[in-house]
Amino acid sequence: MPKLIRWRDGDAVLDDSAFTAVADEDDVPAGDVIISLSRFQSEGERLLSEGRAVGVRLEASENVEDLVYDLPRIAVVAVAFPKFRDGRGYTTADLLRARYGYRGEVRAVGDVLREQAGFMVRVGFDAFEPADGATPEQWRHAANRHRHVYQRAADGRAPAFAERGE
Amino acid sequence: MYRYDTLDKEFLADRTAEFREQTARRLAGEITEDQFKPIRLMNGLYLQLHAYMLRVAIPYGSLDSRQLRKLAWIARTYDKGYGHFTTRTNLQFHWIKLADTPDILDALASVDMHAIQTSGNCIRNVTADPFAGATAEEIDDPRVWSEAMRQWSSLHPEFSFLPRKFKIAVTAAPQDRTAAKVHDIGLVIKRARDGALGFEVMVGGGLGRTPYIGSTIREFLPASRLVSYLEAILRVYNRHGRRDNIYKARIKILVAALGAEEFARQVEEEWEKIGTASDLPDTELARIRAAFAPAVFETLPARSEAFEVAKASNPAFARFVRNNVKPHKKAGYAIVEVSLKAIGETPGDASADQMEVVADLAERYGQDDIRVTHEQNLVLPHVKLDDLATVHAGLAAAGLATPNINLISDIIACPGLDYCALANARAIPVAQHIAEKFADQDRAETIGELKIKISGCINACGHHHVGHIGILGVDKKGEEFYQLTLGGSGAEDAAVGQILGPALPANRVAESVDTLVEVYLRERGEGERFLDTFRRLGVAPFKEAVYAEAH
Repeated sequence: MPKLIRWRDGDAVLDDSAFTAVADEDDVPAGDVIISLSRFQSEGERLLSEGRAVGVRLEASENVEDLVYDLPRIAVVAVAFPKFRDGRGYTTADLLRARYGYRGEVRAVGDVLREQAGFMVRVGFDAFEPADGATPEQWRHAANRHRHVYQRAADGRAPAFAERGE
Repeated sequence: MYRYDTLDKEFLADRTAEFREQTARRLAGEITEDQFKPIRLMNGLYLQLHAYMLRVAIPYGSLDSRQLRKLAWIARTYDKGYGHFTTRTNLQFHWIKLADTPDILDALASVDMHAIQTSGNCIRNVTADPFAGATAEEIDDPRVWSEAMRQWSSLHPEFSFLPRKFKIAVTAAPQDRTAAKVHDIGLVIKRARDGALGFEVMVGGGLGRTPYIGSTIREFLPASRLVSYLEAILRVYNRHGRRDNIYKARIKILVAALGAEEFARQVEEEWEKIGTASDLPDTELARIRAAFAPAVFETLPARSEAFEVAKASNPAFARFVRNNVKPHKKAGYAIVEVSLKAIGETPGDASADQMEVVADLAERYGQDDIRVTHEQNLVLPHVKLDDLATVHAGLAAAGLATPNINLISDIIACPGLDYCALANARAIPVAQHIAEKFADQDRAETIGELKIKISGCINACGHHHVGHIGILGVDKKGEEFYQLTLGGSGAEDAAVGQILGPALPANRVAESVDTLVEVYLRERGEGERFLDTFRRLGVAPFKEAVYAEAH
């Protein structure tokens, strides 16, 4: 079982992923799976009817809008970061949480580094597969680095202007 | 001026602590240079040809004496005793040791300064009119909105990994001193017919390999909706800007590809969905506005006897006043521009001693207010006419009274091949040669406003595209050559310059500028600047003169 870091109430914990990430060219194994958007569009109905949990991997170039209709029955949205510099996934996560009210798991996969932890937590990611081997302790330290933030975001933290108003 | 409160200070302290840890990891060999690079770049630390360069943010180009003295102290303690002011109104230290940078960032934080987002593909330092709060031309104080944007853009969770860097300028005066039209976003503060405050929003201007003048996508944005509208623009850009080619990744390429109209439509559509949730509450805007409450000005007569006497008796002072002193909104006060373009020196450089002199003068005679211009000069925005002669004498003693603002030797130049790993050619010596050729101050004044801008490579940090005369360094088989362009402007009459002809060898640049000036002096009509004459005549007579001599 691949390990991942889960973010819960300001803390990072190590957990097993119950989901198998399945490449398009591979057969879908038994159990809970994460599949591509195109595969979900062609096979999702059948896989869900088998009673298993299904997650969808969104590539950086894919639009979250294409998934919105299905969100209530998707257990995980895995947002891919092909390179840490590719920031499209932040918008994807923010839209999932703030605009479409998605309550399932939003997982960061790909080139996920601890230097991004603070940004990722803020836009609503709650599961991470760090590519740099970051431990939960390191992830927690990085994500909780700043006592204050300046913007409203999906994490619901009070921005500086709201703190000032208190 | 805006003063950091506890929240701002703690934000900065957390950030510097983070960088100290990251640097320690690098110095201990726990991470490679490749892994460290994106981290240091998020903190303004570049690796250049000879050393690390630290780019310190000067938000909207505004400093007080305490901050400028600290910059001087850093220059003396950790650098070679000087710093370089940039066209983004930042300050660069070019001779920094990696191990010193955490201490330098702590020193900066002690005066509410930092290097956050002075590099990387994020929202960079917002620039504003250096005459803000002092000029009678302005509709509102652009610093209020710049400070709001500084906070909003700092470690923005969604927009810190954009396709490319992102630059915003804001001005509130018809005379644009910010080059707003060549920014990713240019904001011009306006009032609607009903008196409501708002912004004209221009998007997609930029220099670099493919220069564009920005397109207006909204004639009037209500001021209170600024943040949500910026988010809509940034979101469309973050999702759809190109990421496959760094030379096509700026927002200008997206705007050009979609067309300004379609881009505007996408922004409006996104903006409607965003709603008002991310806009700043009026109370926060009021808090920031209060920080920029007008300085306390004395009630003074419009005419100062001391000033008139000094002007009549001291020709050097009179010349300084003609070129470097601008009208202030309050009677009895003036705006003083401090040229960092002394003949033969590096444009934009200031020694630690000079920084301290400016800080002292600002504290004693200038309401403790100092500005940096995108043309790499400094400004003392609030000086009494009665004190002008004293301020001039103080500046002159430090080599800071060069009376050449907007004249031919007030040259913008990037650091070029003397420092920069990207450059094809040197820029600083070219600027020095030209300034020396026009060292005669009478002749420079006769020529009048003429903006020369020099870039050492196509990345255009020296803004050559918008120079009245632009000079671009190119590499021809290992030799430095220079491509001249004419007729550019970064001001309210923004335009991209036209190429004059084949690139020239280094030793012909200054004389060719001289030739261009001679054509202008011969052809100019009443009251015409170089730019006006060029626009009337076109490139032909200039080209003929420069290349005729080559044969």
